[in-house]
Amino acid sequence: MKITPQEISHVANLARLHLSQEEVEAMARQLDDILTYVAKLNELDTEAVTPTTHAISIVNAFREDEVKPSLSREKALANGPMQNGESFVVPRVI
Amino acid sequence: MSLYKLTIHELRGLLGKRQVSAVELTRDVLARIEKVEDKVKAYITLDPEGALRQAEAADKELQEGTGGALCGIPLSIKDVLCTDGMRTTCGSRILESFVPPYDATVIEKVKQAGAVLLGKVAMDEFAMGSTSENCAFGPPRNPWNADYICGGSSGGSAASVAADECIASLGTDTGGSIRQPASHCGVVGLKPTYGRVSRYGLVAFASSLDQIGPLTKDVTDCALMMNVISGYDAKDSTSVEQEVPDFREALAEGLQGMKVGIPREYFIKGLDPEVEKAVQHGINSLREAGAETVEVSLPHTDYCVAVYYIVAPAEASSNLARYDGVRYGFRDKSSATLIDMYKNSRSLGFGDEVKRRIIIGTYALSSGYYDAYYKKASQVRTLITEDFKKVFETCDVLASPVTPTPAWKLAEKIDDPLSVYLSDILTISANLAGIPGISVPCGFSGAGLPIGLQLQSAHFQEEKLLRAAYNLEQRLNIFHLRSENL
Repeated sequence: MKITPQEISHVANLARLHLSQEEVEAMARQLDDILTYVAKLNELDTEAVTPTTHAISIVNAFREDEVKPSLSREKALANGPMQNGESFVVPRVI
Repeated sequence: MSLYKLTIHELRGLLGKRQVSAVELTRDVLARIEKVEDKVKAYITLDPEGALRQAEAADKELQEGTGGALCGIPLSIKDVLCTDGMRTTCGSRILESFVPPYDATVIEKVKQAGAVLLGKVAMDEFAMGSTSENCAFGPPRNPWNADYICGGSSGGSAASVAADECIASLGTDTGGSIRQPASHCGVVGLKPTYGRVSRYGLVAFASSLDQIGPLTKDVTDCALMMNVISGYDAKDSTSVEQEVPDFREALAEGLQGMKVGIPREYFIKGLDPEVEKAVQHGINSLREAGAETVEVSLPHTDYCVAVYYIVAPAEASSNLARYDGVRYGFRDKSSATLIDMYKNSRSLGFGDEVKRRIIIGTYALSSGYYDAYYKKASQVRTLITEDFKKVFETCDVLASPVTPTPAWKLAEKIDDPLSVYLSDILTISANLAGIPGISVPCGFSGAGLPIGLQLQSAHFQEEKLLRAAYNLEQRLNIFHLRSENL
């Protein structure tokens, strides 16, 4: 298995990360090591095995659709790096 | 008297009888922090004024006789649990100035029980790591020898308990992050069953694996903390409606009738001989306390690291998508477009290990690779869980080492992530299967570093773990030892 720097750049873009060329190359090597190690899972035949999605068996947790107290607008906006008292402000999208 | 050295159960008695006040106790612990924090570096945020205010309130309750189980007890909190009005960084630049507008459920519970929150302690960034060196604000040190790692990711919790910089702490465990630092620092650390403790307000790393638990000076304190933090919470849809026993009542003397399994696969090649010796000594003590031991097999143990390093990064890559510089956290204000703003904020805000795991996770979940990695890993996860189910049909608890080696020196493995990942091999399975596990001190290496023994049980059998751990503690009688290097 060989992960190319191009693949890392592609995945970094999907993950919305900007990596320097140096970081891309280091990451390609490390990811390659890790995936080579992970390939040992292929020693096991799992054809008939159900994948685990929850560590314990729980059924859907439903609740009544009732209005309950929640954060005030002021509190919800308080940690926003840019906000105008009503909304979060972001760079122009269109 | 040095109050800071004492345990919850000792102090709660003194506080209740008004022989000691919560303010006196809090001052004593703050003075201890002042004295040793330069060496230990456990705290990211310390709040002496807030702590003293809470202590005054606790004294009122104690005076009136209304104080809860932790009334007046100073705690440190891993900086991954949201605290209303107190900065919560997750050890990351991206949350350096994040002040949560609400308390995590566990924080609400310890506050209701009267605890005094001293501050927030260091951790690997977003709980990703086994040494706490991935903390953006510098790593905490091992109180037994400051040249050594204290373990991770709840390193600040373990170090602050071992250095008496708090009476007890709350940590989190996704692949061993409570048990491993507890082992390296010589304290007790319990990862409860998945679903036993609400995760509401715990900043998510890997949601199917994360669990909150206590780090304490002894097993009795661990039981007392579990009494306070356990229970169903409507705000966490994965918390389980399961009756919460009085865990302290589980601490009976003697282990007659208890069957302890010794999993063959946990005594791996590369297991440090000093660790093996200390753990075998611990297992002998369990036998002396009346337990019957039997060799058992968990045949898929060798695959747990591979499963974990797909499942955990996959969940992390999804959970950490929320850090986009819009609603909270660091934002690169120089970016002109939205996409650049996302990319630059995340790239400047996250450290190397977090980026590495986001890349691994995104890769494993990306189109064309999902079946080969995530699905395959989730299937092997089922096999690991079935191993435990089978074993717990014939025994009550499993005894093993926590880590293959004692703590290593700071910076020793910083450029070799895979070797650090492999050191988690003995703790990861419990998270994959959702079962509880505890680390109890069982000895020391020749270099004077603590070694822990791990006990694991079936889902919601924490009482058995605590009972076995308590008997071990009473027989080994080393839990009161403290580092002389501070």
